[in-house]
Amino acid sequence: MLVLEREGLGRLIRELCDRHGRSRPALLPILQELQETQGWISDYAMQAVARHLDIHPVEVYSVITFYAFLNSEKKGRFVIRLCRTISCDMRDKDRVARQLEQELGVKFGQTTADGRFTLEWSNCMGMCDQGPALMVNKQIFTQISPERAHEIIESCRRIYALYPERSEDTALEAAGAVQVLAGPLALEARS
Amino acid sequence: MSSKNHPSILFRESQPDEGLKKAVGLKRVDVISMVRESGLRGRGGAGFPTGVKWNFAALAQDETKYVVCNADEGEPGTFKDRVLLTERTDLVLEGMTIAGRTIGAKEGIIYLRGEYDYLRRHLEAVIARREQANLLGDDILGTAGFSFRIHVHMGAGAYVCGEETALIESMEGHRGEPRNRPPFPVNTGYMGHPTVVNNVETFALAARVVALGAETFAKVGLASSTGTKLFSVSGDCTRPGVYELPMGLTIEELLREVGGEDAKAVQVGGASGTCVPHKAFTRRLAFDDASTGGSIIVFGPQRDMLRVARNFMEFFDEESCGQCTPCRRGNRVLLEGIEKLEQGVCTLTYLSELKALGESMQLASKCGLGQSSPNAFLSIVEHFKDEILARQTA
Repeated sequence: MLVLEREGLGRLIRELCDRHGRSRPALLPILQELQETQGWISDYAMQAVARHLDIHPVEVYSVITFYAFLNSEKKGRFVIRLCRTISCDMRDKDRVARQLEQELGVKFGQTTADGRFTLEWSNCMGMCDQGPALMVNKQIFTQISPERAHEIIESCRRIYALYPERSEDTALEAAGAVQVLAGPLALEARS
Repeated sequence: MSSKNHPSILFRESQPDEGLKKAVGLKRVDVISMVRESGLRGRGGAGFPTGVKWNFAALAQDETKYVVCNADEGEPGTFKDRVLLTERTDLVLEGMTIAGRTIGAKEGIIYLRGEYDYLRRHLEAVIARREQANLLGDDILGTAGFSFRIHVHMGAGAYVCGEETALIESMEGHRGEPRNRPPFPVNTGYMGHPTVVNNVETFALAARVVALGAETFAKVGLASSTGTKLFSVSGDCTRPGVYELPMGLTIEELLREVGGEDAKAVQVGGASGTCVPHKAFTRRLAFDDASTGGSIIVFGPQRDMLRVARNFMEFFDEESCGQCTPCRRGNRVLLEGIEKLEQGVCTLTYLSELKALGESMQLASKCGLGQSSPNAFLSIVEHFKDEILARQTA
């Protein structure tokens, strides 16, 4: 890692620890924000967080590896997680899965060579009445057909052209200026 | 959606914060007796009497206590809390506030599952609005000394964190591995302080109980399972969605409501629940019969039940926290057994061994996850033996 990058990350971690506090319950919120802005939590970041919280780095590592939404390896700019649990399975999630694999040229569990997409399975995301469902980073999309899967990937590609860094998502979202990904989330359309 | 035939408790028209306004005028013990007399039991699935839980926490001697709302809705097929948090946000927060006053807690935490991150901003906006309106904060509704604040704590993708002690571990910044019980959270909970952990729906209903009175609530449903229940219905039916129905309805009646009359089986209670075959559709959806935290998954006539069992076992194999052996290893062995069944090479002797293993897991696992993970497998094997034995492989 470049010295400058390392310094930047160190500053960010100090700032996060100042904000969330240096106690153990602050660990997850700190890691979640790191994950969100960096897309992953590096060895260096784990050590820095551990130092601030005065715990062993392996404690940080053990927490990260426990939770599905924290990762100690670099993933793509967009992490696409397709729900594989029963209700989505019954709504033909396999076809969506095949389409995603074809569009991206990778299998589940892999990242595209250009580092833009990671494709993963996810367990039930609570959209069982509107399946198949998938998440792109933090956003949920429902009633996905193979065609819609293609459209979502296309809009990710368009976003990448404008905003190649994941860290920009949070700022964009907070500003409310841009819907980070095209396609509004149909909130409780059925209820 | 609520049904025309069954009056709603959660979604009926009502005065905002009626329950909270009433609660501030009542003694704490009176609120507890009210909740107790209503017969309200925990809606997350375990069905522990809410009034009893609140009473334990109220009696615990400690300056610091916590109210935790378990919004880690991860059971496959469950999505009713998502709807409540979206459409009845105030009611949930009202219930938490009443719980806070009743047990003497000043802080409430909503543990929201990572998948529902999109709800976070909404929740925080409603919390802020309630602070403005003096429904949260200090001297709530002008009642001197009644302080209560709520914040949202995000989960990070772990099914087991829906178990209350795992949830507390997670809030404390650890791996979400369940603790031994006792001690129970009502005595030794978050950061070692007395903590009430209730499901989202339980808080909403508690607020209604205080508003409407114990009797009105207890009149609905069965004597041992009072009130209404939110059902999240998915699978092979024409009208999937969230339904508020009285406790004690039969599965048959529910299927009529949701357009799933031709079902051959229904999974009641999600992956950790039980698979009920057609011939037992007269069973009642209640704590003492076919119990569910809300998940109802309908299987139509053409569904391959072995594929269903496989899906559930893959889920548990993935979500076991790995702490205790019966669960970590048992789920894997059951999954391998399903692979044998798929290949049509599972002997009946081996299947009996798998059943015995499942029963051991029910007894020997440390927490509810491992104790309930073989349920789906066992019930499917029991009711669909004909369908799953000696298959021709494709």
